[in-house]
Amino acid sequence: MGRTRRVKMDLKKIKSDIEAAIPGCRVQLVVNGSPSGQHSLLLDREHALEVAKFLRDDPGLHLDYCSNVTGVDWLDTETSEKVKVKQLVEGVEQEVEEVRKTRTPGYLECVYHLYSMEKKHGPLVLRLRTRNRTDQITLPSFTPIWRSAEFQEREIFDLYGIVFEGHPDLRRILMWDEFEDHPMRKDYVEPNDYEYEPTPHDAVLEKSRQARAIEGQG
Amino acid sequence: MDPDLKIELGRQGIFTTTLEELYNWGRKSSVWPLTFGLACCAIEMIATTMARYDLARFGAEVFRPSPRQADLMIVAGTVTKKMAPQVVRLYNQMPEPKYVIAMGACAISGGPFKQGYNVLKGIDRYIPVDVHIPGCPPRPEALMDAFITLQKKIEAQSLTGAERPRHLNADAPSEFVVPQYGAHDLEPAKNVKLWNIIYKTAANGPNTTGEDGPEKD
Repeated sequence: MGRTRRVKMDLKKIKSDIEAAIPGCRVQLVVNGSPSGQHSLLLDREHALEVAKFLRDDPGLHLDYCSNVTGVDWLDTETSEKVKVKQLVEGVEQEVEEVRKTRTPGYLECVYHLYSMEKKHGPLVLRLRTRNRTDQITLPSFTPIWRSAEFQEREIFDLYGIVFEGHPDLRRILMWDEFEDHPMRKDYVEPNDYEYEPTPHDAVLEKSRQARAIEGQG
Repeated sequence: MDPDLKIELGRQGIFTTTLEELYNWGRKSSVWPLTFGLACCAIEMIATTMARYDLARFGAEVFRPSPRQADLMIVAGTVTKKMAPQVVRLYNQMPEPKYVIAMGACAISGGPFKQGYNVLKGIDRYIPVDVHIPGCPPRPEALMDAFITLQKKIEAQSLTGAERPRHLNADAPSEFVVPQYGAHDLEPAKNVKLWNIIYKTAANGPNTTGEDGPEKD
């Protein structure tokens, strides 16, 4: 990074600026605990487009360059915690430990990295999340704001299955049009074409066995 | 004809040959490859044709941009599943006699992308390959070696009998099934007929796994 001047983004200030400029929008600071400390802002779907427009056009921020768009698949998670509950056991009140399970539904996430060519600052990391992983998978497209998002949003549509509303040309970009799966999703099952493996081992050995079993039947 | 006698006659100024030899000599000395590359192996293929390595020494300098005029398909690079139908279609459009060199790890097996969802695990799933070259990418010397191997193969072909080349055998297939884009994979995932020819013979070889090979390991 030597000669380039990098100004760390003050996310708290940007968050309050956004909230002041766009009434009613919900912005959440997502903290990254790793040494890189690359924190991000989680936007709500309804106001995301307005927020993006603000970030691009605000003279103080002027984030005119969207360098990267990527997808993340978060599966449904189940967390269990032990809670002490008072219960009547054989007529005596006792504290009993109970395991409570909470199921958090998964979602698909889209991450944007924004820079400013003029101000020489960035990246500002934006996140958008879909409601779930199955039927409510639409997000607003940022292509009308940053043209560079066009192909990357198509790629996310192709590989993760997020539908971008307002995208001018939302088609698959890598896989063929007839393809129905989304290969980067964590529950994607790839076709088993491991019939011939010269040196199979571990997972590949198992797949090779399966493929041979299928072939034996057919 | 006895080769020693042939050499002796040659010393006396008498040139003897057979029609087969002459015919194969002509074929092997002017193999025109098809101009196309799929990935980084193509760069090595291009280097092979240029001044330093000079594939022209073997009669293969005329790269044809049309499959109708080409004799040899050098599958140089990763064949993705999206690209496979086009490669097979190009092969089908080439007139007989035609040959295929699968160049590099990807073209022969899928290479480093073998366990991905999007790369074909070897072009020999759909078209018959004459010479496989391993390497990532193979050096120009390796491609030249493959080319010389192909020339030896052409030279050794008998024009009559069961082993005669495909263009002299009306029953031999010249076109192979072009895979269709399916909902989850290419359909069919491999040309079963071709597959059986390749892997039945492979099963008899010393270093390859047979029907129950992987289980033994």
